[in-house]
Amino acid sequence: MSTNTTSDAPLSLDAEQQKARRSRSKALAVVLGLMVVMFYAVTIIKLGPGIMDRPL
Amino acid sequence: MTVYEQTDTLPSAGARAQSFGGRGTARDYISLLKPRVMSLVVFTALVGILIAPGNQHPFLSLLALLCIAIGGGASGALNMWWDADIDAVMSRTQKRPIPAGKITEGEALAFGMILSIGSVVVLGLVSNWMAAGLLAFTIFFYVAIYTMWLKRSTPQNIVIGGAAGALPPVVGWASVTGSVDVEPLVLFFITFAWTPPHFWALALVKNADYTAAKVPMLPVVAGERATRNQILLYSLILAPIGAAPYLIGFASIAYGALATLLGAIFIYKAVQVRRFESGDAARAACMSLFKFSLLYLSLLFATLLVENIIGGFL
Repeated sequence: MSTNTTSDAPLSLDAEQQKARRSRSKALAVVLGLMVVMFYAVTIIKLGPGIMDRPL
Repeated sequence: MTVYEQTDTLPSAGARAQSFGGRGTARDYISLLKPRVMSLVVFTALVGILIAPGNQHPFLSLLALLCIAIGGGASGALNMWWDADIDAVMSRTQKRPIPAGKITEGEALAFGMILSIGSVVVLGLVSNWMAAGLLAFTIFFYVAIYTMWLKRSTPQNIVIGGAAGALPPVVGWASVTGSVDVEPLVLFFITFAWTPPHFWALALVKNADYTAAKVPMLPVVAGERATRNQILLYSLILAPIGAAPYLIGFASIAYGALATLLGAIFIYKAVQVRRFESGDAARAACMSLFKFSLLYLSLLFATLLVENIIGGFL
């Protein structure tokens, strides 16, 4: 049995940290959305009509 | 079995939140990517992409350019992670996100690593693995060879390290062709020969900063006179290399004439740097060369870009 010690108090972010996290979250949402569009477009461009032509 | 105990000797939630970091906004993370350096990377890589023979889909070329830009930015973030101690000492870099306390070193490291790996993998998937390998080498060279090793150990740091900044047009070319040829290597050598006089002109002005940070830049180690001689030497090497695209045959005579004129001005300004060794005149000569060097490289690459675009319509 090992014994670790830690505080049970939840990590509370101050106002500046919360504001910065909102800013990062928005930026991440935009980046993830753009990546979805990017990978979709690359797939279409690289495979073209052949995207439907695959063995099932 | 693990038992967690609460004790009153442990840091409070507030103190843990302090060390947790998390103060960086999206804007701070963007500044970690060194946007001004990134703009040069994008510009030179774009020229490499556009002069390359081949018919890569424009959207894939755009994504390749984006990957090269993000890879360059990621190496900037990793550079700031490693050099946070130096940045805190130098006036030019004190406001960067890590010394300013907005982003922790760990956050910068994670950000840089994720973007480095992501940009290389996506470039491999979008274009080819030759270009991805070259981008990975560029990042490795800038971070491991230049930042971690050469920068603090030799006054030739930026001469050798300049190779990383000169590689983007080669990566751009490879993203289209899957290979490396003479043309992108000429562009590589233009930027490679341009880097020492460009940085040393600034280093002469910021000598006190580099001395305080104990970075062995050439003016700190070899003295200002030796640096001025080296600036002139590299300017004499740069001028004919700048005209090489015309001499080799992938640029017009208009480019050749412009490169010759700009090379002559570059040498003249380097002579001025060599001539004025102290006082306001010396500082003005250095800043004049530094600013002109930016214009020099921009004009040469812009001319190649315009010629290629015009050539595409003829």
